[in-house]
Amino acid sequence: MTPLVFTFIAFSISLGAGFLGSLLGLGGGIIVIPALTLWLHIDIRYAIGASIVSVIATSSGAAATYVRQRLANLRVAMVLELATVLGAISGAYLAGQLAGRWLYLTFAGIMAYSAAMMFRRTSDVPAVRRAPWADHLKLHSSYHDDKLGHEVLYRVAGTRIGLVLMYLAGAISGLLGIGSGVLKVPAMDLAMGLPIKVSTATSNLMIGVTAAASAGVYFVRGDIDPFVAAPVALGVMLGALAGSRVMGRIPAATLRMVFVVVVLVVATQMLWKGIHL
Amino acid sequence: MSEPEVLISRTLKIGVITSLAILLIGTMVSYFGDSAYLLSTAELDRLHRPGAAMPQTIGGVLSGVAHLHGPSIISLGLLVLIATPVARVAVSTIIFLRARDRLYVAITSVVFFLLLFSFLIGSR
Repeated sequence: MTPLVFTFIAFSISLGAGFLGSLLGLGGGIIVIPALTLWLHIDIRYAIGASIVSVIATSSGAAATYVRQRLANLRVAMVLELATVLGAISGAYLAGQLAGRWLYLTFAGIMAYSAAMMFRRTSDVPAVRRAPWADHLKLHSSYHDDKLGHEVLYRVAGTRIGLVLMYLAGAISGLLGIGSGVLKVPAMDLAMGLPIKVSTATSNLMIGVTAAASAGVYFVRGDIDPFVAAPVALGVMLGALAGSRVMGRIPAATLRMVFVVVVLVVATQMLWKGIHL
Repeated sequence: MSEPEVLISRTLKIGVITSLAILLIGTMVSYFGDSAYLLSTAELDRLHRPGAAMPQTIGGVLSGVAHLHGPSIISLGLLVLIATPVARVAVSTIIFLRARDRLYVAITSVVFFLLLFSFLIGSR
């Protein structure tokens, strides 16, 4: 394979990763890492470095649209970023001190559970619950659903449990070098009762900050290799810009189902790693 | 004063477009400026093993850019990309400051300083 062919393949895969990632609130690492390591035989260090870049690229590319369209809830993102950045920093400290096998198995268990719960949640409109923290932080909001053609009002609940879950999601990203949108979306969907489109859009906004918290370390160590990261960043940014433009028109139920499938794939990957480590 | 959403969206868009442009230029310079980059597979073989990672510093990247070294220009584009979410948090703080929303000024500035802290411990 010549360098030009490599650049072209990495760019094309990343275009797809950015498109899917922007719809689902993920950073695309779950596509970029396996594609680079298994198919293009790139060492895992550079693959993780490229994945971190991919997370920031999806986040910035997609959130530029979601923030302007008010799909992403700015206040929810800011509040939860506190927890996720703290988590990312502690995760980076803990890396290497925890047994990898149990980490992967626990992660697989959490993912499978979230997938099952998200699959069961049929209505996108949450039950009205008392929410003193969300009231005080003024988190309740609304968004315009292009598919439904009208404004959807929603209330936010479970802010405290949301903060705890975001801390854990941040710690997992620090430990495993992933963006952890795959954990953030279920946390907002299940614990805080946000509509699925708001959850994925808000996750997109947040994952960039979580990834930025560990990007410095990876950059200085030389794990973010220009040759690998350039086509990935270019592809992911363009894919995310395109994806964020069509997301509003996709039915919420379809988005939820695609997300559940992706979560199950990741859970299986993690289970496999936990068993074979 | 523009609405908060518009300002934040614009910050992200500027970051993305600037880094896209620098990455494109860097890739072009890498391929056309150095025929070895275009034809040799040594660049690829290097990436199959972990040993060859070259630690990078911001100073090193900037001096490479001054010498029109393609990979350094790419690294500069990647640095702009990494800085984009941090800039977004900073712009949010300014927006909440102007709106006199003290609670959110506190929240966003803590996030901002945590990010700076993570870069400090990262660069040690």
